[in-house]
Amino acid sequence: MVRFVTGRLIAMVLTIWAVSFVAFAIIQLPPGDYLTTYMATLAANGDRVDPAAIEALRRQYGFGEPYLIQYWKWVSGIVLRGDFGQSFEWKAPVTTLIWGRLGNSILVEGLAVIVMWLIALPIGIYAAVRKYSLGDYLATIGGFIGLAIPNFFFALILMYLSFVWFGETIGGLFSPGMENARWSLERIWDFATHAWAPILVLSTAGTAELIRILRANLLDELKKPYVTTARAKGLSEVRAILKYPVRVALNPLVSTIGWLLPALVSSSVIVSVVLNLPTAGPLLLRSLTSQDMYLAGAIIMLLGVLTVIGTLISDLILAWIDPRIRYGSK
Amino acid sequence: MAADTMTDIAEPIVIKKAKRESQFALMWRRFRQHKLALVSLWIILAFYLVALLAEFLAPFDPAQYNPRYTYAPPQGIEFFSTNEDGSWSFGPYVNGYKSEIDPKAMRRTFVIDEESKIPVEFFVPSKPYMLAGIIPMSVKLFGVTEPRAPLYVLGADRLGRDLLSRLIHGTRISLSIGLAGVTLSLFFGIIIGGFSGYYGGWFDSAVMRVIEFIRSMPTIPLWLGLAAALPKDWSALQTYFAITIILSLIGWTELARVVRGRFLSLRTEDFVTAAQLDGASDWRIITRHMVPSFMSHIIAAATLAVPGMILAETALSFLGLGLQAPIVSWGTLLQDAQNIRTLASAPWLLAPGLCVVIVILSLNFFGDGLRDAADPHGR
Repeated sequence: MVRFVTGRLIAMVLTIWAVSFVAFAIIQLPPGDYLTTYMATLAANGDRVDPAAIEALRRQYGFGEPYLIQYWKWVSGIVLRGDFGQSFEWKAPVTTLIWGRLGNSILVEGLAVIVMWLIALPIGIYAAVRKYSLGDYLATIGGFIGLAIPNFFFALILMYLSFVWFGETIGGLFSPGMENARWSLERIWDFATHAWAPILVLSTAGTAELIRILRANLLDELKKPYVTTARAKGLSEVRAILKYPVRVALNPLVSTIGWLLPALVSSSVIVSVVLNLPTAGPLLLRSLTSQDMYLAGAIIMLLGVLTVIGTLISDLILAWIDPRIRYGSK
Repeated sequence: MAADTMTDIAEPIVIKKAKRESQFALMWRRFRQHKLALVSLWIILAFYLVALLAEFLAPFDPAQYNPRYTYAPPQGIEFFSTNEDGSWSFGPYVNGYKSEIDPKAMRRTFVIDEESKIPVEFFVPSKPYMLAGIIPMSVKLFGVTEPRAPLYVLGADRLGRDLLSRLIHGTRISLSIGLAGVTLSLFFGIIIGGFSGYYGGWFDSAVMRVIEFIRSMPTIPLWLGLAAALPKDWSALQTYFAITIILSLIGWTELARVVRGRFLSLRTEDFVTAAQLDGASDWRIITRHMVPSFMSHIIAAATLAVPGMILAETALSFLGLGLQAPIVSWGTLLQDAQNIRTLASAPWLLAPGLCVVIVILSLNFFGDGLRDAADPHGR
């Protein structure tokens, strides 16, 4: 187990290194850089472009230097000083811009994950055990609808319905006065009245997916002879199902956490844009379109790191519940 | 001597072969019992037919605009018209519009005008076009013959373009991109995942690290960066294929993971060990023993991947990073419905989203039916 964990930790560090490399490469992919965009806006506004000032900026940020040198300047700043660079568009250090928004992202996404599992586990088990019952069909149909509605479309429908029925526009995570207040009961309540919509939207697809996988896995397991043996031994039905087949069926389900997280992060980008949430998503979209590369790079990097950590956790849980994984691949 | 014994042997008994049904026939028989999956199959076929015949079915060109009918609401097609003497006759028509000024919002809104009737005719002549790019035609399924008469069955968008026509053309793009993306992904997924799971070792570790790495990147930012890097002067077709490839860059990993996982768990099964001890080659073990036993899982994963691709394209285009404006897809259509003010005044712009939901539901039910039918342990 210790060997397994250390192996995974080393792999994680390497992965994070690769994430940083690709994050930087993607930022570099678009033709031109922030300065060309900056100059274009200046020119469009009729302002005069001072070539000397542009040249000074260019040297300061290492534009035009070889790719690896630019990358090194960027990544060494992060590792050594926790400095993610400067946002050109906001004229502020990247770190001051992202932490609050990243915290909101983690909060909303974490709550969505919890809601997903709480709903999916009992429904999935029920649907498999009572195969082709009315409840199974309802769960299946409901799950399929949840899977079939694109997150942003669901958000649009919620917005439209709440506007038509209640005359209210939903959106944001806090009321205007509450954004920067300290956490208190009042603020938690304010958060709850706003956050239900994005959490509901974000958890539907994942819940549907989890129910589907759990039901399919459990159906495969329930047919196996050991379940019959367990019943023959006189175990109660609940125990015969929860003790063995559910645990086996959970195994592939746990490994889904690894890709559930990136999907959740991805969809929260879109949902945040639609519902106007103060999370990392809209900031990323904006920074990428305006080629504010240090900001975009930092967000991509941190979102990537978060998902890698999530995958590591799911791997560890998987090894913990399944000895075949622990000893299998040496 | 040999000749002697030959004469003594009786005529060989001809063993009549029992009538056997192919694997496909068995699957089809079981599949048919799954009514929901069967209905879904028909719905999917209908959508793909629409995609194939888009130019013939759509009454207008998707880019044809008419500023006189900005955000005109949907007209319902009436199939029977009442004559002056009170009798009924078959003759589909739509009502025209009259415009009113909304006193509160101070802007022009359209109201259906019950008085004016615009006859809708079938097989109306049109400008010559190429059906699916190959068959020259000059007739549309339905349309209006009166020049300049409005026909907005599903309403109009902000430039007065016919939503129905755009939806039909968008169907072609959205559905084909899902299929193309999955085909590419499946190809890579089975080969890479199969090798990885069967042989294990360093190759497996390397592949797993690559997959883990690709999957650890949230897809939207990755696509965003890649899509932003596409040259702006590329043609519609080039962008389309570039987006397909970008989508399958991520898509193959999921299928490879499923295949590898199955290989890993099957590798230690008794029947595989037995085949190995019998001296069967790796290729034979993989193709004859292992693949059939998890075929249903691959099918389920592949069918489930198609909707994923369609959703991804829709989401990307919705954000304005996927297919770009002149190309019509469900995603680019939904882009028009982004803010609440537009939604409140023109909710019919959400229709493409409804198409997405229907197609994805059908594909999921279809995949589920297939999985049940292909499962050797099923019922």
